[in-house]
Amino acid sequence: MSSLSLKDVCKSYGSVEVLRDIDLEINQGELIVFVGPSGCGKSTLLRMIAGLETITGGTLEIDHERMNDVPPAQRGIAMVFQTYALYPHMTVRDNMAFGMKIAKKSRSEIDAAIANAARILQLEPYLDRLPKALSGGQRQRVAIGRAIVRNPKVFLFDEPLSNLDAALRVATRIEIAQLKESMPESTMVYVTHDQVEAMTLASRIVVLHGGNIEQVGAPLDLYERPANTFVAQFIGSPAMNLLDAKVTATGETTSVQMADGGRATVPIASRGDDAGSAVRLGVRPEDLTITDSDEFLVSADVDIVEALGETTVLYFMSKNGEAALIAKLPGIHKIAKGTNIRLTAAPEKLHLFDDKGISLLYR
Amino acid sequence: MNPALQGLITIIVGVGGCIGYFYLSNQFLDKVLFPARGKHIGRNINRANMIRPWLFLFPAIFALALYLGYPVIETLRLSLTDRSLDGAFVGLDNYAQMASEPKFWEAMRNNMLWLIVVPAISTAFGLLSAQLTDRIAWGNVAKSFIFMPMAISFVGAAVIFKLIYDTRPANQDQIGVLNAVWLMFEGGPGSFLFLRLLPAAIVICFALLMAYVFYLALKPLIRRESARAGGSWWAVPLRLFAGFVAAWMIWLSAKSVFSVLSAEFAFGAPQTWLTLPFWNSFFLMVVLIWIQTGFAMVILSAALRGIPEETIEAAILDGANPFQIFFKIKVPQIMGTIVVVWTTITLVVLKVFDIVFAMTNGQWETQVLANYMYDKLFRANDWGVGSASAIVIMVLVLPILVWNVYNARKEMN
Repeated sequence: MSSLSLKDVCKSYGSVEVLRDIDLEINQGELIVFVGPSGCGKSTLLRMIAGLETITGGTLEIDHERMNDVPPAQRGIAMVFQTYALYPHMTVRDNMAFGMKIAKKSRSEIDAAIANAARILQLEPYLDRLPKALSGGQRQRVAIGRAIVRNPKVFLFDEPLSNLDAALRVATRIEIAQLKESMPESTMVYVTHDQVEAMTLASRIVVLHGGNIEQVGAPLDLYERPANTFVAQFIGSPAMNLLDAKVTATGETTSVQMADGGRATVPIASRGDDAGSAVRLGVRPEDLTITDSDEFLVSADVDIVEALGETTVLYFMSKNGEAALIAKLPGIHKIAKGTNIRLTAAPEKLHLFDDKGISLLYR
Repeated sequence: MNPALQGLITIIVGVGGCIGYFYLSNQFLDKVLFPARGKHIGRNINRANMIRPWLFLFPAIFALALYLGYPVIETLRLSLTDRSLDGAFVGLDNYAQMASEPKFWEAMRNNMLWLIVVPAISTAFGLLSAQLTDRIAWGNVAKSFIFMPMAISFVGAAVIFKLIYDTRPANQDQIGVLNAVWLMFEGGPGSFLFLRLLPAAIVICFALLMAYVFYLALKPLIRRESARAGGSWWAVPLRLFAGFVAAWMIWLSAKSVFSVLSAEFAFGAPQTWLTLPFWNSFFLMVVLIWIQTGFAMVILSAALRGIPEETIEAAILDGANPFQIFFKIKVPQIMGTIVVVWTTITLVVLKVFDIVFAMTNGQWETQVLANYMYDKLFRANDWGVGSASAIVIMVLVLPILVWNVYNARKEMN
């Protein structure tokens, strides 16, 4: 059962297209996270679902009903804003009751809904306070409470944690995860640019880039099997290393040869006409290990060593001064700057992308 | 000497005097009084820095004391003495004499009427035009036009409106807009619609609005809502007073609905608008409203733009319609600014003089306190009663002024 579906949804401001042909099915009870760099259109997409932005083309359905031209209040959605958007002149109670009062609900109904939301969010002691007398985390809880009171089919979160300080962000992230657990039937759409939030909260992640959906999938799927180089480098920190290589053998497994002599055989199938073509070999910094054997991926001089205790991060610079390769080794390694070392990785941890940046797995 | 040259010399002397004062006084402080050298160098610098603000404040404080502080005290003294008896102390005799004059009470009554009508309508129109001009493409042009009267002096505006209210004999062309419009009515259905039904509808709307105010004022007293933060003891009498005023307004408007519907109109005869008692006060108020609406609009427009967009979007998602968004989300958030605008206009109204002086000079029952003071002081040469009325104006202005400054400061934080 799909509770929210986007079909060929587009958005353009004049001649500027910000979203192109977005197709997405969201099932009831899912927590979908839209993630992407600034300006990728993720907030615009959320605001189109909410009804705060018009939909230029395509169809938005909530519970199989076309919602393109339905007023925001009747779409069965509730939204939590980045800046909380609490009404500053109303108490916490009135903030949460405003929507129901507008909808002319009975007093007892309103009181029951508020009592329920306040209990879930532990806001009971603050109901008669004004927002200015609350801390940032409490304000965000009130904003969430205002959404709960509306009893929506779909919750929309627009970067709800980015105005909180680091410690509070972790705590509130866990609270949102618990909230989702306590309301397994409700569908949530969550926008963030923070991949940690995306990885920890999402049942599925939608990676957006330049107005397109790059990949949709469960967090670990995106990590283990990125569809293209953008997703590969966006998910995971530090970003995945991409090495230029040439295909030397095709078939069930693919063998590649790097320019500097490194070799690898990757258990990814390739077609016969791939032989000799240029590909990019992807390997995550945390998958690299030091080796002495001749079967290595990279052999290079270490430029910078960051010893963090739990991990040691090695940077190998290219000629123009950018980090060409990063390796993240567990534990403490006493490596001097300038040491030549060889790195390798388990074959099943390697990724192959064609010259257009598409993973060979998804061709 | 050529007046232009005289003016130039005045400017040079004035500006040069200012610069000379600031430069020399600071030099004196730093070089002579507390020089930054010797044994107590640190102490001297500290002391010089403590005195320096007062050097800069001194000219302003001196001018304020001379031209504002001293006249207040002198006016108070004059109001308690009689000049014709060589300045003998007569106690409150001047006040008693003033209180016995019907013209004074007429001025008080008119001032109260101005006080209710002008700030309310100016603020309401200002808020309305601020909200509406923010939503249209040519809003800034409209704003400039609405703001333009602010650049006209009160006397200039009075002259403009005197032309609008101008009267010519019936057989001549009317150059006054109001009479020209008036002569278009001749008792037909159009006249019934515009002169009876429409005013009656407006009065009824006002009565309904007052009924709503009455309800809002007394609701918390009848239905005890949960004790909120910020409720204080003076809220109860204030609410009772507001309820009483609202009830009185309802009574007044109910009465006037009948008089509007049954009034006899002199169709076809040009009216001398400024001589119609009671109504002429409103014709004068229009001038001030015309001027002050621009002021209210500019301040309120800035306040409206300062409202976080997201609270409005949240209200849209909560299902509020544009009216609910305006009255329940936007207006409460700029309430502080509205109060400041309201009280600022109130201060202007309490001191209103030029408009009345230039248009009717207080005749035909349009007298106001400031013009009454001028009449007594400079026409009747009665310094005692004139000063007494000046003191009355000051006493009326003072609490509103204090409240205005208090609110403006609160807004700034």
